[in-house]
Amino acid sequence: MADLRSTIAGIRSPNPFWLASAPPTDKAYNVVRAFKAGWGGVVWKTLGEDPPVVNVSSRYGAHLDTDRRMIGFNNIELISDRPLEVNLQEIIEVKRDWPDRAMVVSLMARIEEEAWANLARRIAETGAADGLELNLGCPHGMCERGMGSAIGQVPEMVEQVTRWVKNAVNLPVIVKLTPNITNILWSAEAAKRGGADAVSLINTVNSIVAVDLDAMAPTPVVDGKGSHGGYCGPAVKPIALNMVAEIARNPDTHGLPVSGIGGVTTWRDAAEFLALGATNVQVCTAAMTYGFKIVEDMIGGLSNWMDEKGYRTLDELSGRAVRNVVNWNDLNMNFSTKAVIDPALCIDCGRCHIVCEDTSHQAIRIDQGDGRRVFTVVNEECVGCNLCSHVCPVPDCITMVPEQTDLPYVTWPNDARNPMRVPEAAE
Amino acid sequence: MTLIATLAITGDNSASPYTDLTPAMTPVQALAESNRCLFCYDAPCIKACPTGIDIPAFIRSIATGNLKGAATTILSENIMGGTCGRVCPTETLCEQSCVRNRAEDRPVAIGRLQRHATDRLIDGEPAHPFARAAATGKRVAVVGAGPAGLSCAHRLATLGHEVTVFEAKAKSGGLNEYGLAPYKMADDFAQREVAFILGVGGIAVEHGRRLGADLSLDSLRADFDAVFLGVGLGSNNRLGIPGEERAGVEDATAFIERVRQALPGQPPAVGRSVVVIGGGNTAVDAAIQAKRLGAEDVTLVYRRGRAQMGATGWEQELAQTEGVVLKTFAAPKEIGETSITFERTSLTDGKLSGTGETFTLQADMVLKAVGQKLSAEALGGLEVTGGKIAVDGAYRTTLAKVWAGGDCVATGEDLTVQSVQDGKLAALAIHSHLTA
Repeated sequence: MADLRSTIAGIRSPNPFWLASAPPTDKAYNVVRAFKAGWGGVVWKTLGEDPPVVNVSSRYGAHLDTDRRMIGFNNIELISDRPLEVNLQEIIEVKRDWPDRAMVVSLMARIEEEAWANLARRIAETGAADGLELNLGCPHGMCERGMGSAIGQVPEMVEQVTRWVKNAVNLPVIVKLTPNITNILWSAEAAKRGGADAVSLINTVNSIVAVDLDAMAPTPVVDGKGSHGGYCGPAVKPIALNMVAEIARNPDTHGLPVSGIGGVTTWRDAAEFLALGATNVQVCTAAMTYGFKIVEDMIGGLSNWMDEKGYRTLDELSGRAVRNVVNWNDLNMNFSTKAVIDPALCIDCGRCHIVCEDTSHQAIRIDQGDGRRVFTVVNEECVGCNLCSHVCPVPDCITMVPEQTDLPYVTWPNDARNPMRVPEAAE
Repeated sequence: MTLIATLAITGDNSASPYTDLTPAMTPVQALAESNRCLFCYDAPCIKACPTGIDIPAFIRSIATGNLKGAATTILSENIMGGTCGRVCPTETLCEQSCVRNRAEDRPVAIGRLQRHATDRLIDGEPAHPFARAAATGKRVAVVGAGPAGLSCAHRLATLGHEVTVFEAKAKSGGLNEYGLAPYKMADDFAQREVAFILGVGGIAVEHGRRLGADLSLDSLRADFDAVFLGVGLGSNNRLGIPGEERAGVEDATAFIERVRQALPGQPPAVGRSVVVIGGGNTAVDAAIQAKRLGAEDVTLVYRRGRAQMGATGWEQELAQTEGVVLKTFAAPKEIGETSITFERTSLTDGKLSGTGETFTLQADMVLKAVGQKLSAEALGGLEVTGGKIAVDGAYRTTLAKVWAGGDCVATGEDLTVQSVQDGKLAALAIHSHLTA
């Protein structure tokens, strides 16, 4: 059995699956249920200065697929709308009863040192928090008050706030980053300069998830009007994976622990975040879609897969794919892969042909077979783009098979076809 | 009686009784079907499963590619999940309660998904998924290597006890090996499953040991710390009509056993015209096998109506699809040389009576499937109530140190899945007793 124990920024948990700061971690009742279900830790829903915020009615929007599965999820909820003292008391009680689980507390304040330092001290004084997470990412509502992403989008402020909190308390500080920026490295580097022990990402993506065409308003509709919200769930995973990888492979931030967030729904999603350098993952939408019990398959599936692959600990897995994430200019121009269609698996839908014919390289030929069409890849035309394999409804029916060549690994800067090529020194 | 040399197969009747009735799912089918599961909370399917398998959890694990986890979830509640995935009347259990029925009139194919998950683990994993607890030094005798006995033995072994199973027949598996239709248990699955179950260790099986012959309840009680009886129902009910002793008249269970135990390529001969009497799944299994073995006409005759049949609607339709004619409201009166005579019946206020009108069917072979009963001779000292061994809520019989479960007790329907549950719960009760 693989050892799933996890440590990030000195914060220990029995497994790498934490619940992200969000409605599921809003109060003791939910968090206790989560711990009973097996979650390794939580980031308590963001605490702010009293008086607590007031939320609106109707808060969530959804992007569903045709089977009504949740692809993306959006919310316009603010931070905790309960008094600070109530939250702190519950945090103390829950940590007392669940000492082996990670208890990280999220916080947010005005861009003033006193505000951040006081709030951080209040939390630290409970003695129940294993660490703090700075919410510098909320992209709706709070940013209009100069908080959340309004801070996270300005690297200097990220650094400043991080330093204020690090100076105020002696607790590990995780800085939660917003994806609503042009380059994640600027904010990650700023957090590191400020003394962050780790970063967590991504917070939600600015979004309008749908328009109610009867109300003629964005959803969720609040009395005829809507506002942009924060988008999360499976659809944002690719955005998150890229940002996690960018931080992991950037020399300035390499080694900065990362808590991966964004669409983690299965153990496989978690394994991908870990492979790209994350130390653990945080989950919200999957729990809000299915309930806390899904953590069982996350734990069991990750453990079984690690056993199968021979990874004994999370450290052996974490970052394993980072060295294979490179710039485009470092890819091998001589590599060639071709689609191969297995006629035995083909169900004759014709979609591979039409997408290639209409939108790509006219590389899939149709022959009349015995009672049905036979689709064959024209190797000379196929550029190995993968489109056909992605639109094929049958897994493994279309596979990409690399061509055997004796050609060397040549990158674009060295490619003879590159007019800007820098001649190698030996030439 | 005119017996057809085996498998004298005519054009439209070419299915062998030995080929899989419902083939295993392909990975693509399993993925698509698993994604139909809604992961219901406190799911109705779990409550409908006599062994309480966490069905949404195992299906989610299939969907996420965690097949080993899926199989472990199933087998931790039902060590015969492989057989149950094949033979359970899911249409009246888990799949009947699937919430997908309400909106789409089509449940998630839970039984087939269960087979998909367990097949992979039973056939592909070198290591047994369950480890044994530290040895307790306690020894338990299990009588009967059927579903109840093996389930009990497996659970006891995992809890650290040493188990000896006494089995009268030459093979383990009970009705899984001798009593289920071969097209439901293709490719020797019963024996593969037995090997898997015994793989946990700590279980010795002694074959050719029969209670009442070379074993007695008294000696088992003296030699072991506890005894579990999973003896099933050993004898068949009789029709009690003239001609029952004629050649060509046979218990359906004996016929199925002959079909199951036939050497490869040498299935038993069947009659040209076969009449099966009874309305349960055994009757349906026997009828379909006779048809698949080449009988020209197979008629299943039941004295009540289709609604009263023990066979599920799905089984009834399967029989019809296979070419079996179902005749209801007719009770057998007399068996002749090559015929059988029935009296039509009617059901009034729940009371069945003959109408006096009779008809005769051609019959080279008559298979009787009118229920089984407990063979109580060797169970001296045990209280038997209503034809079943009397047990309390913890499967304890009226004799000290003796527990019982499976078809020989009255806990639920006489199904494999119920027997597995009985064996499991009895093992937990025995464990509490031994470790108290």
